[in-house]
Amino acid sequence: MNAQSEVYEHHGTESDRDRLQILDEDGNVLPGAEEPSLSDEELLAMYEALVLARRFDERAISLQRQGRIATYAPMTGQEGSQVATSYALDEDDWLFPTYRDHAAKHVHGMSLSSLLAPLRGYRDGYSIPDDVNVMPEYIPIATQIPQAMGMAWGFKLQGQTDHAVMCHFGDGATSEGDFHEGLNFAGVFDVPVVFVCNNNQWAISTPRERQTKSETLAEKAHAYGIESVRVDGLDPLAVYRATREAIRKAKRPGPNEGRPTLIESVQYRFGAHTTSDDPSVYRDGEAAEWYRKRDPVDRLAGYLDGRGLLTDERETVIEARVEKRIETAIEEAEAIEAEPDDIFEHVYAEMPERLERQRERLRDLREKYGDDAFSEVLE
Amino acid sequence: MSSYADTVREHVEAAGEGPGPDTGHDAVRETDADGPEALTLVEAVCDGLYSEMRRDEDVVVLGEDVGKNGGVFRATDALYEAFGEDRVIDTPLAESGIVGASIGLALSGMRPVAEIQFMGFVYPAFDQLVSHASRMRSRTGGRHGVPMVVRMPYGGGIRAPEHHSESKEAFFAHEPGLKVVTPSTPADAKGLLTAAIRDPDPVVFLEPKLIYRAFRETVPEQPYEVPLGEAAVRREGTDVSVFTWGAMTRPTLIAAEELAEEGIDCEVVDLRSLSPLDADTIVESFRKTGRGAIVHEAPKTGGLGAEIATTIQEEALLYQEAPIRRITGYDAPIPLHALEDYYLPQAARIHDALRETVEF
Repeated sequence: MNAQSEVYEHHGTESDRDRLQILDEDGNVLPGAEEPSLSDEELLAMYEALVLARRFDERAISLQRQGRIATYAPMTGQEGSQVATSYALDEDDWLFPTYRDHAAKHVHGMSLSSLLAPLRGYRDGYSIPDDVNVMPEYIPIATQIPQAMGMAWGFKLQGQTDHAVMCHFGDGATSEGDFHEGLNFAGVFDVPVVFVCNNNQWAISTPRERQTKSETLAEKAHAYGIESVRVDGLDPLAVYRATREAIRKAKRPGPNEGRPTLIESVQYRFGAHTTSDDPSVYRDGEAAEWYRKRDPVDRLAGYLDGRGLLTDERETVIEARVEKRIETAIEEAEAIEAEPDDIFEHVYAEMPERLERQRERLRDLREKYGDDAFSEVLE
Repeated sequence: MSSYADTVREHVEAAGEGPGPDTGHDAVRETDADGPEALTLVEAVCDGLYSEMRRDEDVVVLGEDVGKNGGVFRATDALYEAFGEDRVIDTPLAESGIVGASIGLALSGMRPVAEIQFMGFVYPAFDQLVSHASRMRSRTGGRHGVPMVVRMPYGGGIRAPEHHSESKEAFFAHEPGLKVVTPSTPADAKGLLTAAIRDPDPVVFLEPKLIYRAFRETVPEQPYEVPLGEAAVRREGTDVSVFTWGAMTRPTLIAAEELAEEGIDCEVVDLRSLSPLDADTIVESFRKTGRGAIVHEAPKTGGLGAEIATTIQEEALLYQEAPIRRITGYDAPIPLHALEDYYLPQAARIHDALRETVEF
């Protein structure tokens, strides 16, 4: 553990509490810090996922500006935590993401094109293949927390010890009742769940210190009798280590260990809340600069470089591969076509007759007036 | 019950339009080439908040991102600068907290105007609204009212993410003790909001975000009320009465103009107030035309269309010459935006149903 009081002093929103950290701002291993046991191949794969996340994010923002996708929630600066937490999952573990956790979803098995589909207005990205243990993104704040806890509880009740459940949410979510209800149940029923609070310090325009008088978000777990850890969310190795340990504990707790954990991953929202948001209205860029110097992509690159793993040649190969994958994903997402009948599908396991009649009515209207009649701008 | 707040209010009222010179109004009324009086619907909401906050010091605005940020739709733009952080309050991210706190503020003698960022996020506060705000007056035998407004943008058509396009006004209209209103014009937005803030009972104020910036209209700078509970006839006609509200008023009027070219004369009634319903205007219009239709973007089943149709049956059955048609959203979740135009009533769908009603 390393106390990093500098960050708190810098912008005065964080308390002077320990945060788990392994890498310094240049990617050197801090004295006394213990690196997670990851092979060279795993480290390089994690780095490639980070580069992919960064390029995806840049590209998505640009696609939104061009009108090719709708509102997008950028993850710039948060990719390190997203990638590392999902890398720490076993394949059978489940993930409950929010609308910002694009990289977390992808690393746990969702295709890149499925991340883009909902942004183009199609449900395809919510129809997740059966072999991928990811729930569709949660948009109402904190609602996933009791549900993730419930799924984990269900696995425990059914004796399915191979599954832990990871639940993402932000700092703002800790103000909602669902956060407290979910954590309380997790403690009472000792369920195999890992709560990951991505504290990016801004809930749209509301700063972390306006959410709670508590010094940290991690300490909220204490009231529910569950363990918590604060981790430098811009340090992928520290996040990985903390998460891996929480997943182990969820599934195979020691004699005096509880299963649930709250991880407060301290990050910073480098950019806007979404492409519809303009942060210059409510904050200056000073704090962001401090965090930008600790950019997770650069830090992991620095670490790999120090270990002699990241040659220029390898960087070039990674960049080219990432660009191609993103390009292919965009092509796939843009090839999806609207099928109005889809509106009526999957409302119930079996379509009620009343809904069938409504579907017939829409078909008749399309036949009679053509699809152009439905694309008139309502305004 | 006399309170400090009442005393302050009396002083403010005695002083006329408000304390001191009105220096902040220009910032709120963003003027443009259309002239200083022409506001969009969302600007009119902001203007209504401004003029009531100026008139009555007990009026406070609270919610997520309403202060420094001026609201995600800029509905509270410049209010923070004009009134300060104690009257334009950025809250933690907690809808039940916002509405529950507003009930408490109202009980203390204040006039809170809470903002829920999108209707799709109101549900944590549903308990506070339906278990408490709505029935505080009845369960305290009239001692405590809850003079509170809960504003929320609602409805589809803006290519928003999931949970940002719902139209669930029926949930609230179903609850005795709540009033539910929605404007379809900038002038009504200010007038209805003013009346809602001054009303002694809790009002759910639904803002049709599709038409937040669709057009401008003259909105007087001085405060004025559009009474709650009164519908507006937007177009007089003799062949069929169409009842609608919010963002659906415009496609309904477009369909009515198209039908006029076919010789069908539609009367378009903008209900404005969904609870209490203006049954007099509804029934009067129907008696004139003998044919009726309802347009709403909410799902069909259990929607307010059913309430309006039944009210007509109860009051004017013998005038009825055709089945009353409902042109509504479908009984399915509103789809992600690639398909939302198929879900929402469009002029073509409205046009088709009205012609069938008239030709029945």
